[in-house]
Amino acid sequence: MKALLVFPDPVPPELAQTLDIGGWAWKAAADVTAARADEPADGWVGAIVMAGPDLEPALRFCRSVHNGEVDVRSLLLLINGGHLQSLDPHHDLFDDFCLHPFHPQELEIRLKHLFRRSGHTDDVELIEYGPLAMNLETYQAAIDARPLDLTYMEYELLKFLALHPGKVFTRETLLNRVWGYDYYGGARTVDVHVRRLRSKLGEEHANLIQTVRSVGYSFGRSRWG
Amino acid sequence: MERDQQYVLRSVEERGVRLIHLWFTDVLGKLKSVAITPAELEAAFDEGVQFDGSSIDGFSRVHESDVLARPDATSFELLPWATRDEPSARMFCDIQNLDETPFDGDPRQVLRRNLNEARADRYSFFAAPEVEFFYFASGDPSLGKPQPLDSASYFDLTTADVSSNLRKRTIHMLEAMGIPVEYSFHEDSPSQHEIDLRYTEALDVADNIMTLRLVVKKIAMESGTYASFMPKPLNGVQGSGMHVHLSLFSGDANVFHDGSDAYGLSETGRQFTAGVLHHAREITAVTNQLVNSYKRLSEKSEAPPYIAWARNNRSALVRVPVRRRGKPSSARIEYRSPDPACNPYLAFSLVLSAGLRGISEGYELPAETSANLHDLSHHERAAMGIEPLPRSLDEALDVMEGSELVRDSLGDHIFEWFLRNKRSEWSQYQSTVTPFELERYLPTW
Repeated sequence: MKALLVFPDPVPPELAQTLDIGGWAWKAAADVTAARADEPADGWVGAIVMAGPDLEPALRFCRSVHNGEVDVRSLLLLINGGHLQSLDPHHDLFDDFCLHPFHPQELEIRLKHLFRRSGHTDDVELIEYGPLAMNLETYQAAIDARPLDLTYMEYELLKFLALHPGKVFTRETLLNRVWGYDYYGGARTVDVHVRRLRSKLGEEHANLIQTVRSVGYSFGRSRWG
Repeated sequence: MERDQQYVLRSVEERGVRLIHLWFTDVLGKLKSVAITPAELEAAFDEGVQFDGSSIDGFSRVHESDVLARPDATSFELLPWATRDEPSARMFCDIQNLDETPFDGDPRQVLRRNLNEARADRYSFFAAPEVEFFYFASGDPSLGKPQPLDSASYFDLTTADVSSNLRKRTIHMLEAMGIPVEYSFHEDSPSQHEIDLRYTEALDVADNIMTLRLVVKKIAMESGTYASFMPKPLNGVQGSGMHVHLSLFSGDANVFHDGSDAYGLSETGRQFTAGVLHHAREITAVTNQLVNSYKRLSEKSEAPPYIAWARNNRSALVRVPVRRRGKPSSARIEYRSPDPACNPYLAFSLVLSAGLRGISEGYELPAETSANLHDLSHHERAAMGIEPLPRSLDEALDVMEGSELVRDSLGDHIFEWFLRNKRSEWSQYQSTVTPFELERYLPTW
């Protein structure tokens, strides 16, 4: 499976959340060595490089990519407004850029534009897992070909889980990745939504979402496991 | 346009939804709905839907009668009872003034404001209600005393139990609407049932109670019967209450929990409970808003007219349930006076305000009361310092009127309108000659 390369590591939470909600597979790398070591079997879809207060480390990473030290065809640079004036001499190091703090929708459109057009990725627009089908384009979900009537947050939670089958997520992770970092609710919100999703999936399929005792939740089983 | 709104627009298109019902609640807790077509949906998100609120209970104002309904996209839900060829959906709404400020007469926004205030102290407020109701053959008072559908009793499992079948269908529909049911069973009285919802955040709980009341009534009606949330519809048998289990969380920590305490209750939990007890008399007009509510509160059973707390004492107003070991998250208190005919948004607002006042003022929790309060005399209870709840709507309104806590929590508009409306209800009742009086006095005097 292909993935986006994201610099730096750890990835700032608001960026991680936007990528997760957009259904992008991604891996973080702290430097070029890590990026080379972690390259997926199918290669990188592209790279997102996010600058901190100091632009230089990000530019260094871009330069290495530009020099072919990592195999990445397109690169999106995220900078803050203060960096704008120093950007011009380096315009050959990136394919597009976006100002940070970014609007999630803007970033998503830029990502689609840059990386899907490049023909590098399979669009994650359909998720199929056993009896479950989700169309991310139309926001529709069905189980055994029966449409599921989901609220927006139920849909987002199910999508996030179904994009990562077999993976165990803590309530905190789900809360942060699905609801967002500024959501104030506590992990019980996650329990409440999981309980709702199960009741909508119906008794027969409620076990698609498993409770992992004293850890959190997982969906289905890993494709690799 | 926000993502959740896009989700709604797309779902409406994909599922061929013909009508979208915008739900809101009047001050008395009745569900109201205005329906729009998909063509108007985008504008409804952008600008709201303008309507004349002057004939909605509690919405009328002196200067301006128009208000805006702003649909809450996260509450979008397909209605499971709509037909296949004509799917319809609902969203709860917040009501705004035309200048887009929150409308003071909207109970949902009152609760939202109170929850936000709690949030400023890092608290989120969770609740789980136990809703009781009756199934009757009819809801027409001109047919005389309501007729229950069965004569079963508490936890009875009967073979030809029409009402249990209705309850089962109700639960399936609630589950299909994402309202998880914890327990349900046949209650004490004939044809009386209880549905317990799982805990959620208080705004969701209030929305869920509104939905539950509609679903219960709808399913009864489809089978030619009538469901009632009236607090005390029958003489001689227990009435219908709505006990609510309450807890406060700070992040993921239940702040009511303290494993080292004999009651498993933290200092914060004690103060919250003390606040609820201290202000119980002031908030009763809202948690028990009908003349009839006080007939339930005067019976000697599950309805607790005395302001006291205990672990296992069904005559106390607040119960602190004994928990299994190792479940800090389920630390909670149970407030037992509310009935299912209350406005849940306002009732939760007041219980929360009372509890938070207990915390901010550091109220001290009185000692646990283990005696059965029904068995004690008035003097014995007074000696223990245990006061009764108001005995009538009239008395409850008097106490409420003097309460600065209730005024702050509800806001001036609702506070004043509620008092006016309920005073007039009481005076109509007061000037009505009841069957009791005729039966008792006519033959003698």
